[in-house]
Amino acid sequence: MPGPVQAIERAAAILRLLARGSGRLGVGEIAASLDLAKGTAHGILRTLQGVGFVEQDAATGKYQLGAALLHLGTSYLDVNELRSRAINWADALAARSGEAVRIGTSLEGNVMVVHHVFRPDDTLQTLDVGTLLPLHATALGKVLLAYDADLAAETQRAELPSLTRRTVVNATALTRALAQVREQGWAGEAEEFMPGEAGIAAPIRSYGGLVVGAIGITGPADRLCDGRLRPRPELVTHVRNAARSVSRDLGAGR
Amino acid sequence: MTQRYVMAIDQGTTSTRCILFDQRARLVSVAQREQQQYFPQPGWVEQDAVEIWRNVDRIVPRALADAGISADQVMALGIANQRETTVVWDRRTGAPVGRAIVWQDVRTEELVREFERKPDAEQVRERCGLPLATYFAAPRLRWLLDNVPGLRDRAERGDVLFGTMETWLIWNLTGGVDGGLHVTDVTNASRTLLMNLAILAWDDELLSFFDIPKRMLPEIRPSTADFGQTTRVVPGLRIAAALGDQHAALFGQTCFARGETKCTYGTGSFLLMNTGRELVRSTHGLLTTIGYQLGGEPAVYALEGPIAVTGSLVQWIRDSLGLINSAPEIETLARTVDDNGGCYIVPAFSGLFAPHWHSEARGIIVGLTSYITKGHLARAVLEATGWQTREVVDAMNADSGLTASTLRVDGGMTADHLLMQFIADVLDIPVMRPIVAETVSLGAAYAAGLGVGFWPDLEGLRRNWHLAARWLPQLDAERRAAEYANWQRAVELTFGWAQPRRPV
Repeated sequence: MPGPVQAIERAAAILRLLARGSGRLGVGEIAASLDLAKGTAHGILRTLQGVGFVEQDAATGKYQLGAALLHLGTSYLDVNELRSRAINWADALAARSGEAVRIGTSLEGNVMVVHHVFRPDDTLQTLDVGTLLPLHATALGKVLLAYDADLAAETQRAELPSLTRRTVVNATALTRALAQVREQGWAGEAEEFMPGEAGIAAPIRSYGGLVVGAIGITGPADRLCDGRLRPRPELVTHVRNAARSVSRDLGAGR
Repeated sequence: MTQRYVMAIDQGTTSTRCILFDQRARLVSVAQREQQQYFPQPGWVEQDAVEIWRNVDRIVPRALADAGISADQVMALGIANQRETTVVWDRRTGAPVGRAIVWQDVRTEELVREFERKPDAEQVRERCGLPLATYFAAPRLRWLLDNVPGLRDRAERGDVLFGTMETWLIWNLTGGVDGGLHVTDVTNASRTLLMNLAILAWDDELLSFFDIPKRMLPEIRPSTADFGQTTRVVPGLRIAAALGDQHAALFGQTCFARGETKCTYGTGSFLLMNTGRELVRSTHGLLTTIGYQLGGEPAVYALEGPIAVTGSLVQWIRDSLGLINSAPEIETLARTVDDNGGCYIVPAFSGLFAPHWHSEARGIIVGLTSYITKGHLARAVLEATGWQTREVVDAMNADSGLTASTLRVDGGMTADHLLMQFIADVLDIPVMRPIVAETVSLGAAYAAGLGVGFWPDLEGLRRNWHLAARWLPQLDAERRAAEYANWQRAVELTFGWAQPRRPV
């Protein structure tokens, strides 16, 4: 079994140090207190600043605990901020795929649509931001379930309502489907939510790989899938590229 | 065949962006850096032109690297920029004589009042289409000439150059002290108060009115023209277009026909209507400006309603009041309540622009009671943008004799659904967002790509425009009228506040 990771221990010590006393310390003071090289302390502080656990005062250069620490348990990324950061890439995905794009996060056992881009064919469509969708029957939902063990367990404990004859209603089958989502890095859905409709989605990640939402396309099954209802590879690539671009903007993979 | 692209640089008020587009106008990569804003005194807003240049130096290679393409795949570069922001630099060292004075800066208020008292002040609007106001570049340039020791002499000798941001960037990109081109385009020049709108050239009467040496001014070219080749940052890029950011957005929204209108929601917000080859003089507080000019063609004119403070009010709530951590959270906060609770914010931070033009107005929050929470303030912040849009649309309808039936929107604030719905509600017309919200960059790319034949014609560009979202009006007429009346009363309360010599 691997031993403790020294950098994490040091980061924890820095947070403890900032949590007591005046709560505002310079990098030199922190390094001296913990007997670290200044460069080491600085590197850890910059990393903690990147994830929002510490903040640096612009005027004095001193560090203090970050606001993100106070909200560890609650929603990690504001949904309006998620939309704002994702809007360019969602537009580009709609333009490339020719299909409608949605971004979803989980809310009380559902997918909440936080962003929606019309299918770019200028037909009459209605914004459905704020709409709730079922987790188990949509590609967006499967992505959210695949990367959130608690949410998946909770969903599987309840009855999985059947929406079409293809909806996955069996908990074991859903578990298998979610394992596949994790393995391939994206989720597909064909006529499981609405007859004739299909969806493809991929995870949006933030710092450290944390999944904060899902982005995906939906459209007629005969456009999104091949003759055997398998999602078309080029569309999967477009969706995954869009998800990766948003994730990069949110700080994942740095 | 190798894929080919067009690059846009959008030098905006808060950040500089470099965006690559493919032939179907789809965004391929974005690199961005914010620049520092300096507020040395109340009403003063400055930026460091050297920092902006350094940011360009970083983001251009990064946008190429992110897209995994090489410079020879870039067919053209288009530049869009914050307008009216004024910088003067030494042509031999390339060093600015001070910080750039930003378009929101109102230090020239007293100076503008002096200009207004001159006997020939009336001719200014006639010649350049703009009212005398602190908003435009000429008073800033004059302020620098009056206040930077020795600057006037250096200007008369031809040692220093004036430019807005596109001029500064093009001069640097094409060599700087080593043969850099000192050029601007008609849209940027139309925002100085110095260009004659009918002949599209520097106006000697206006130069003498503001007492500005012609030697320091850049050469005016059409918006799509040969602006030289880059020799620095990434050498060999062909600079084929330059436009003021709002003109670029008009172009990016493909408002090519007379009567087509767009509004861009950013730091400030800017409503522009294409008026075709006709120079329409406003009688309702709008500006006459150049929409764009394609090389070898006559200019296309536009009417504009600029609103100074919209997104920057959200930034103020974030940075100065600390009520939110990021700008988009204003929507989250506003949704904690159902209405404004009777509270109105008129953000006359730089005076009021269109259609009022009260440079002495200052911001207010009215209707405060102990009932008001920060959620109500957040609502009032968003509603201020909606009502300011309404005032400008009303003026536009009155001037043009046309009634807008939809509004095309773009810019960062279009991500805010509560705001977009509110705008549809107060205008009582549908609000439509196209699939590329980055229309400033797209417009610069379109103009540049058109210039080098990457795109064949305007019709081809039009086919790229697709609807991404639409908000339909839902508010009942009575409520709309009552709220508008409240807003108008609030606006009147801001007038006259900053008058320095008010009778006691």
